[in-house]
Amino acid sequence: MTAFLRIRELWKSFGSFVALRDISLDVNEGEFLCFLGPSGCGKTTLLRAIAGLDIQTSGSVHQAGRDISSLPPAERDFGIVFQSYALFPNLTIARNIAFGLENTGVEKSEINKRVAELLELMGLPEQANKYPAQLSGGQQQRIALARAIAMSPGLLLLDEPLSALDAKVRVHLRHEMKDLQRKLKVTTIMVTHDQEEALSMADQIVVMNHGSIEQVGTPNEVYTRPVSLFVAGFIGEMNQMSAKVGGKNRVVIGDLEFACNTGGLDQGSDAIVVIRPEDVFPVEPDSGKATPENSLKVHIDAMEFLGSFWRTHLTTTKLGGQNLIADFSVNAVQRLKMQEGNDLMVEMKKSNLIAFDAKSGAIA
Amino acid sequence: MSVSDVAPGPRIREKVGRDAWIQRGFILIIALYLIISLALPLYAMLSKAFEVNIYQLDQFTIAVSSEDGTFPDLPRNLADINAEIGVLGPDDMTASGDGRLSLTPFFPDFSFRSPVKYRIAGVDDSAVFLVGSERHSGKVPVEVDSNTFRKVVIRPLKAHGFQNFARYFSTPSLFQSIGNSVMIALVSTVITVTLAFWFAYAISRSCMRFKGFFRLVAMLPILVPSLLPGIALVYLFGNQGILKSFLLGHSIYGPIGIVIGSVFFTFPHAMLIIGTALSISDARLYEAAVSLRASRWRTFWTVTIPGARYGLISAAFVVFNLVITDFGLPKVIGGQFNVLAVDIYKQVIGQQNFEMGAVVSVILLLPAVLAFAIDRQVQKRQIAGLTARSVVFEPKPNRRVDLMWFGYCAVVAVFIVGIIGICQMAALIKFWPYDLNLSLNNYNFNRMDGGGWSAYGNSIKLGLLTAIVGTVVVFLGAYMVEKTKGFHRARALFQMLAMLPMAIPGMVLGLAYIFFFNNPDNPLNLIYGTMAILVVSTVTHFYTVSHLTAVTALKQMDVEFESVAASLKQPFTKLFRQVTVPVCMPAILNISIYLFVNAMTTVSAVVFLYSTDTALASVAVLNMDDAGDIAPAAAMGMMIFYTNAGARLLHSLGSKLILKRSEAWRRR
Ligand SMILES: Nc1ncnc2c1ncn2[C@@H]1O[C@H](COP(=O)(O)OP(=O)(O)OP(=O)(O)O)[C@@H](O)[C@H]1O
Ligand SMILES: [Mg+2]
Repeated sequence: MTAFLRIRELWKSFGSFVALRDISLDVNEGEFLCFLGPSGCGKTTLLRAIAGLDIQTSGSVHQAGRDISSLPPAERDFGIVFQSYALFPNLTIARNIAFGLENTGVEKSEINKRVAELLELMGLPEQANKYPAQLSGGQQQRIALARAIAMSPGLLLLDEPLSALDAKVRVHLRHEMKDLQRKLKVTTIMVTHDQEEALSMADQIVVMNHGSIEQVGTPNEVYTRPVSLFVAGFIGEMNQMSAKVGGKNRVVIGDLEFACNTGGLDQGSDAIVVIRPEDVFPVEPDSGKATPENSLKVHIDAMEFLGSFWRTHLTTTKLGGQNLIADFSVNAVQRLKMQEGNDLMVEMKKSNLIAFDAKSGAIA
Repeated sequence: MSVSDVAPGPRIREKVGRDAWIQRGFILIIALYLIISLALPLYAMLSKAFEVNIYQLDQFTIAVSSEDGTFPDLPRNLADINAEIGVLGPDDMTASGDGRLSLTPFFPDFSFRSPVKYRIAGVDDSAVFLVGSERHSGKVPVEVDSNTFRKVVIRPLKAHGFQNFARYFSTPSLFQSIGNSVMIALVSTVITVTLAFWFAYAISRSCMRFKGFFRLVAMLPILVPSLLPGIALVYLFGNQGILKSFLLGHSIYGPIGIVIGSVFFTFPHAMLIIGTALSISDARLYEAAVSLRASRWRTFWTVTIPGARYGLISAAFVVFNLVITDFGLPKVIGGQFNVLAVDIYKQVIGQQNFEMGAVVSVILLLPAVLAFAIDRQVQKRQIAGLTARSVVFEPKPNRRVDLMWFGYCAVVAVFIVGIIGICQMAALIKFWPYDLNLSLNNYNFNRMDGGGWSAYGNSIKLGLLTAIVGTVVVFLGAYMVEKTKGFHRARALFQMLAMLPMAIPGMVLGLAYIFFFNNPDNPLNLIYGTMAILVVSTVTHFYTVSHLTAVTALKQMDVEFESVAASLKQPFTKLFRQVTVPVCMPAILNISIYLFVNAMTTVSAVVFLYSTDTALASVAVLNMDDAGDIAPAAAMGMMIFYTNAGARLLHSLGSKLILKRSEAWRRR
């Protein structure tokens, strides 16, 4: 099966500035895809190229088997929601939603039915005759969404649709939008720079940096198996430690040597080794077993209670002056009677340590 | 890892959709409009200023026969003959466009009874000379007898050079005007900006009463032609003026009159700009100053003035520009005091010296363009200094201070209302100062020269047409520049052209139109002398402010509306009709009233362009005043005032209605 949306070797420059560099990407039908990346990395630019609003400099875009590379937006098949929503202020909610249905040969009564249906779907059946300014931000966002899907487009494009809302509404709408997308089975691309949003909503995440794609994968993949130091650092919390490759699958961090997959890195070369805070495990002192591999003694410098876990700042002189952050479960903290000032043995499992080439940031 | 910075694939060329074609069409049409109504006329004017007509003596050779009719000597070049006996000095070589030079002075021995014959020939085919009215050209010699030789003349050739400017600067009566104009403009600027600053300060920083009334009064001068205060001043301080003795022997005809009148008609402009600057300054700074126990005086110098400084500078440039380019007022009350704008008129209308008119125009362009350029820079900065988080200043009541401000504003208001009141009185009094009874005789315009009531009718027509045509052109143009994609060069050119009219004085524009549209080779010359050219010139003259108003309104619209419409497969024209225009309706109304009021009052551009069929009220004021019919002139000026006041009233009612009806969705 060929992909629903196929992007090949797409470049975009503004004058001499290259905003998108050799983007190739496949999106399957019905998939929810997120463009995730820091501000200015080109997410919006890529979305607008897909929409035809700012056409790429070179490269191709195919949608549903049709080459749409050079088509103006009006000849493509998509609905779009902008960060500002861009609702027409002088038209009622109903007329905003109906805007794209008018002049298409659809009967007036059909249009009214469709509008009512969409308002129902959005949970805003009472608002038809209000104006956008009379609605809350979250409601406006849903109207913009309703307008975008009114004509049942094949592709739904969302540019930071939630970023103008306050945190609580945002989390609530995340679920609503995801449910809606599942119900409609519409292929959706959402731009965001909020990793939580991407992780919780997307089927596939496209991590972007400096106009290039760093990694494409499921939320789980990009979280647990980042392919570059950039992705590792950008998504979730990460301990990063400078290291030297000791031997085959051995790294030296400060005074200690750890087992770690070193891939193709040469012995003696510089590496960055990373581990997630939740992957730093406490070693049970009375387990009787010998000290496990990859463990070291640390000092608990500070502890913060973050509700479901404790964020713990660990110091040691052994790692060449580099410290660790670890997230311990409430349970473990109680069991091991951890408190600030105490010492503790922790383990960093080989499977949880990831090494990157220090120079290029590529995975080992 | 090395990455190339050049895209490898072929460049994608966007397929131009239906919307894009329509938009390109519109941009093209409106850019063409500005090129025809602005760029080409200005070019014609500039080239006229550098156009000189020179006698090319070296193009001709002349042979002289002896008395028996034989030609013993070779033909001699006319330039050599001139060099030898010095008939024409270097300054005499230039002539007016229809100049003719007789050849007899080059031959001191010439006598028309002599049997001597002359052979005249050109050195090449371009040389042209006339024998009587018969035209000859080329190298074949033409032989004439002495009697006929008297009728041989050569014509100057068109060339380009600085001779006109040289002549301008060697004529003291002309170039003195530069100093006069600059002096008048500077003095008026200082006075107006000072008065307007304190006026605006009182309105925004005190709790005096009747602020709304004062604001209204301050705007009144906009509704009348700039020459109206001139008429009022003649009544007050002229030869039979009531207050003549106040001038201590000085004459009102001259700089004094121009300055007083200029202060009157530029006051609202300065007051608006400074008022805006003061109203946006941040209240938090004042609170900080108070908490630092700074004295009022120090707060004023460290907070108020810096906050308003861009407004002050901007106002100064605008006033300077208005005064130096104004024509009506110095024409009415300038007397023997020459200024640039009037010089253009005198050169063109009085002496038919179009080249010199063009030279003065170029000179008048310089300060105007400079003032305009600096003002644009300043305005850019002011916008940058504005933050959305500023807090509006709320003045606290202080009886004594408020009373003082009230007194000050009342004096200014009396000045403004007084000037208009005097004109009203002048219009109603039968025969000043001999018969002080009231009558409407002076409104009997059909009995005077100047166009009569039909001139008033024409003005209304011009006002309405300008408002309608202008609003459509300006708003569509601004929409195309602001809201379309691609077509970058055309849009940049358009943007530049749209800013240009602000820097072009009306007199210059009018003269440029003569050169461009009155040229028989121009197919557009059929609009010369019609209402159409008046509408085109007026729309163009007031283009910039209208354009900026439209652009400001359009910028407040979400930039993605067009994208949304395209994604919904709806033509941009539907969006334009259903969203853009309704949302921008207040701005559209503002543009049309601005154009109407200015079309009613303007004199400078149209004074060169009206014909007997299209005489205008504002020009009639000028002409009646010129003819000594001052009271009817005042009456016609008041007609303009009533009309504009009525139009503004309608406008504000209309705006209120629209705002009320759109209250539900405009609320933010
Ligand atoms: N019209 C333009 N002209 C020039 N440069 C542009 C233009 N649009 C975008 N850019 C540049 O291209 C880069 C990518 O911009 P883009 O808007 O795609 O970023 P983004 O990833 O969406 O960022 P954000 O999260 O801040 O929205 C930025 O460096 C931006 O400055
Ligand atoms: Mg963006």
